[in-house]
Amino acid sequence: MRHGTGRETAVIVIAGVVLALVMPLLIDTHVLTLIIAHGLLALSLGLIWGFGGVLCFGQAAFFGLGAYTFAIAGINLGESTVPVILAVLVPAAFALALGAMMFYGRLGDVYLAVITLVVTLILYRWINSTAGPDYVIGSARLGGYNGIPGFPILNVPGRPDLMIWGETLYHVAAATLLIVFVLVTWLLRSSFGRIAVGIRENEERVSLLGFDIRARKTILFAIGAAIAGLAGALYATWAEVVTPSLFSLQQSAEIIIWCIVGGLGTRFGPILGASVLAYLKFSLGQQNLVDNMFVLGLVLVLFVLFLPRGLAPELARGWQRIAGVQRKPARRRRAPKAEAHDG
Amino acid sequence: MDLAVVILVEVLYAIASLVLISAGLAVVFGMMKVINLAHGEFMVLGGYATITAVGLGVNIFVAMLIIAPLVVGLFGLIVERLVFRHLYGRMIDTMLASWGLSLMMIGAFKMIFGNTTTGVSGPIPGFAVGNYQINGYNFFIIVVSVVLLLAILAVLRGTRAGLVARGAMQRADMASALGHSPDRIYMTTFAIGAALSGLAGAVLAPLVGLVPTAGAAFIAKAFITVIAGGPSLVAGLASAAASFGLVNQFFSFLVSPVVGDVALLVAAVVLLRLMPRGITSRFLRGKL
Repeated sequence: MRHGTGRETAVIVIAGVVLALVMPLLIDTHVLTLIIAHGLLALSLGLIWGFGGVLCFGQAAFFGLGAYTFAIAGINLGESTVPVILAVLVPAAFALALGAMMFYGRLGDVYLAVITLVVTLILYRWINSTAGPDYVIGSARLGGYNGIPGFPILNVPGRPDLMIWGETLYHVAAATLLIVFVLVTWLLRSSFGRIAVGIRENEERVSLLGFDIRARKTILFAIGAAIAGLAGALYATWAEVVTPSLFSLQQSAEIIIWCIVGGLGTRFGPILGASVLAYLKFSLGQQNLVDNMFVLGLVLVLFVLFLPRGLAPELARGWQRIAGVQRKPARRRRAPKAEAHDG
Repeated sequence: MDLAVVILVEVLYAIASLVLISAGLAVVFGMMKVINLAHGEFMVLGGYATITAVGLGVNIFVAMLIIAPLVVGLFGLIVERLVFRHLYGRMIDTMLASWGLSLMMIGAFKMIFGNTTTGVSGPIPGFAVGNYQINGYNFFIIVVSVVLLLAILAVLRGTRAGLVARGAMQRADMASALGHSPDRIYMTTFAIGAALSGLAGAVLAPLVGLVPTAGAAFIAKAFITVIAGGPSLVAGLASAAASFGLVNQFFSFLVSPVVGDVALLVAAVVLLRLMPRGITSRFLRGKL
């Protein structure tokens, strides 16, 4: 751990607590909780894509797996502490297996994207087709297209009768996001995180220095999936129902759009992107003139064409100009461009 | 015996529809290395163009084989000029921009055609083989895809335009030095790829009810077929479509169509793990 980490952590915690207390004055806490769940999900992809250079088109798969695990385990166990832990572990284990298959096969960027996309699609198809009474896990019916309603929501550990919802759920969610954010900061400061960034910048060089790239990428991928799973559990307890649409391609697309809009290679960017777009989506949902997806797609195209670095770096630069701070410009770069494979 | 004939037709049909779904993408990705995630929506646009034209009283075959490819080809030309031309060589960015385009198109379809299923009835009647009924339209699809494959092969191999296009894809700077404009070649190739997608969507429209989100079902199959096919365009397309079509139909008959689809996707993942550069990187090397 390097010098200065303690101070940075303190700044993050103070800023986070202030934000968590101020935001409810502007936006309803019910909506805020959803935004936080999405922010956590965005952070998970921001970590593996922005810092590890692994573009996963199927982050929604881990989100959905987390949510379904939470629901199914909740129905079977009747409380929520173990389900939350499982909602983190199951997607992580799945990602570990999938990642090992892909990274040990040394698949290129494009193939990685296609395989994660296809795996998400398989899960989506399969979950959608589990309508009959034959598809049960323990005492939970998978419910196919209609999803699973009526599972126990989050409760105080050890006290299944004390539910966490409404205002309290918001505070729990905010604290969760803050803790994960700090953990991610520490991870990136550690030698593991710095080598991950090194792999993003130049895989061959790091490999020649003697680091096992395959294992490191696989582990980073699994960490991302674990965070996405946690986001899924948070979403499930907020929505009180899980449906196959959690696995859908649109969900995957949205996560990627959040990262692009917010700014890759930053920790705060993806969360910012998720917040802005989730709020935009919520507002667009109130009117019928323009379709939601049309606007999302337009936003993505425009950002790729005109603002490929995203909002966060631009905002940071603007802030520096206003504050008149002459700091060394932060080295923020987009994930490496894919090498066109020989063909 | 009758069952064997029916199964054979079904397998051929599965392979043919995979060829059809993937041809447009194979041209765009195989030649230009542009990942067009809006491919599925291009197909849906072709379908809607057909249905609209038929609704206006145009003969269905004219609508499918001429109007739909023209409409989608023109659309492809426009988005290539507006978006993709700025992103060549940036693979991930192209992928993201085309995904944005795909979402926009889905949104536009919803606004224009409504979030409902629209369809057009198949123009060819079915007939009986023994105790089984075969959909006559399946033969039409098989014929169209065979003709399509031969046409692509003939153009790439036999014509000067095909030669120039292949040259420009390999060494754009050389083609440029010899007096050809890579910019225009890319533009034309993209438009032709889009037109092929439109044709595929149009021809498949009578079989599937069109919904604005129908593209997603095509895109995954098209992608894995093209990528599993590998470097050579026609041979790769044919061999990958044949293997996946077989796997799909085998499990569809044995278990259920959903399992067939899942088996296809699993087969693709396994195949890519074994041959990361596609089938034609190991077999049929150097063919077109």
